Amino acid sequence: MDDYIKITRNGLWNNNQALVALLGLCPLLAVTNNIVNAIALGAATTFVLVCSNVTVSIFRKQISKEVRIPIFVLLISSFVTIVELLMQSFFYDLYLILGIFVPLIVTNCAILGRAEAFASKNSWDKSAIDGLMMGVGFSVVLVILGAMREAIGNGTLFDQSSLLFGSVGESLSITLFENYQGTLLAVLPPGAFIGLGLIVALKNLIDVRTADASSLVSHNENVAANSVGSP
Amino acid sequence: MHSNTLDSSQIMRQVIYALIVGVSVSFYFFGWGILIQIVLAVIAAIVAESAFLKMRNYPIKSTISDGSAAVTGVLLAISIPSIAPWWVIVVGVFFAIIFGKQIYGGLGNNPFNPAMLGYAFLLISYPLHMTTWASEFVSIGSSLDSILNLSSVDTFTGATKLDEVRTQISLGTAIETLKPYSVSQAWINFGFLLGGLYLLMRKIIFWHIPVSFLSGIFLTSGVLFLMDDNAYFPPQLHLMLGATMLCAFFIATDPVSSSTTPNGRLIYGFLIGVLVVIIRVFGGYPDGVAFAVLLMNIAVPLIDSYTKPRVFGK
Repeated sequence: MDDYIKITRNGLWNNNQALVALLGLCPLLAVTNNIVNAIALGAATTFVLVCSNVTVSIFRKQISKEVRIPIFVLLISSFVTIVELLMQSFFYDLYLILGIFVPLIVTNCAILGRAEAFASKNSWDKSAIDGLMMGVGFSVVLVILGAMREAIGNGTLFDQSSLLFGSVGESLSITLFENYQGTLLAVLPPGAFIGLGLIVALKNLIDVRTADASSLVSHNENVAANSVGSP
Repeated sequence: MHSNTLDSSQIMRQVIYALIVGVSVSFYFFGWGILIQIVLAVIAAIVAESAFLKMRNYPIKSTISDGSAAVTGVLLAISIPSIAPWWVIVVGVFFAIIFGKQIYGGLGNNPFNPAMLGYAFLLISYPLHMTTWASEFVSIGSSLDSILNLSSVDTFTGATKLDEVRTQISLGTAIETLKPYSVSQAWINFGFLLGGLYLLMRKIIFWHIPVSFLSGIFLTSGVLFLMDDNAYFPPQLHLMLGATMLCAFFIATDPVSSSTTPNGRLIYGFLIGVLVVIIRVFGGYPDGVAFAVLLMNIAVPLIDSYTKPRVFGK
């Protein structure tokens, strides 16, 4: 049980793929210009992560070391194809908006990274939890970044939710400021980089504060430990 | 710095003095707006800097009094349209101070020119407000109306002068008939040129960057003009247009974000000049100064490492 708690904590916080490992930045930065895109891509990535982790783990003894990377990529791309077809049939408008970034989930190094670093060495149940938690941790960052950029850039939240949640979604859309003229930079790529930088800084700040509060660990050691990350 | 006898607050004071001529000329052409913008910018700069210093538990008073935040604010205020709404300059200055300077550790550690970072942020984020200029002298009342968003100001607004000139040229207007468009621009540039010469005289800035920057502008626009004198405007017009002189003496010469070796300064200034003309002529934005300076800021560490003077005897 302790193992599962540790895996969960690593996925959501200590080794968060977006904030600590800084993996999968291409989709992270490209599609987070609003919450709806962020949720959609986060869910798709999480699904692929769980499936690929479980499959890699099941076949870990059959896959020879020399060809493991091509095989991992093949497995991952099969699941990405499934996601792509599902989105095409159920969320067609969203599929058009996300465009190339759905097939590009294959190249998300966070997924290959978990296959290589975790699933190829652990049992399938642990790998499933790892994939789920890494995916959720990644998605939460996507959604926070999407919310920041949408609020600052357009002055709205959950705009175009109907693409994801159907007619129910229309009532979700919130306009934060009336007559807001928009800050274009937040929606453009520089806004993504600045936003992610701020979230990473906030995470480090929280880590430093909690460490200061709970023990007498010196500031510097703590920062060093954080930057190394957990295995 | 060049001079060992001046500390950073005295240098900043000299820079402010040197800006007076150019600001007065702008005042003559655009009216009270520019003074209101400067006041807003300085207040915003001090508030932003104090707030961030407090968050970092740094001494506030000694840092504010070096005047660098105020200079950043003033430079940004005179770069933007004088009738832009108040929140444009406030947001721009906050961005410049926090994301352009303090986040890197404060004065001396910023790789980018904070004022130009603020300008680029504003131009990209609020293109409409950043390209609507006063077309005549605007009284103090109308300036306040416009800045505080009290009333519509269509009566005295127009596109950026540089844009106007470009549009006219693309319509086939002969260069000679463009004079009225460029007169105010030339006078403002002349004002900043005078201020710049004062800074050179007081040895606040080095000659390398202004000279190489202006040669970069002159040569690049000269080559274009020789290629096709109907499509491109003449080099002497480029020298007195947009923010050329302001950039040459006040922006590109920023001691923190510019190159620190003599040869490096020549390369740095020259390439900014080349980029300014290229962005001005072929780009979609009203002027190329901010982007040119920021692009070359990125290149400074590389330029410095290749132009480091060799130690004698090695």
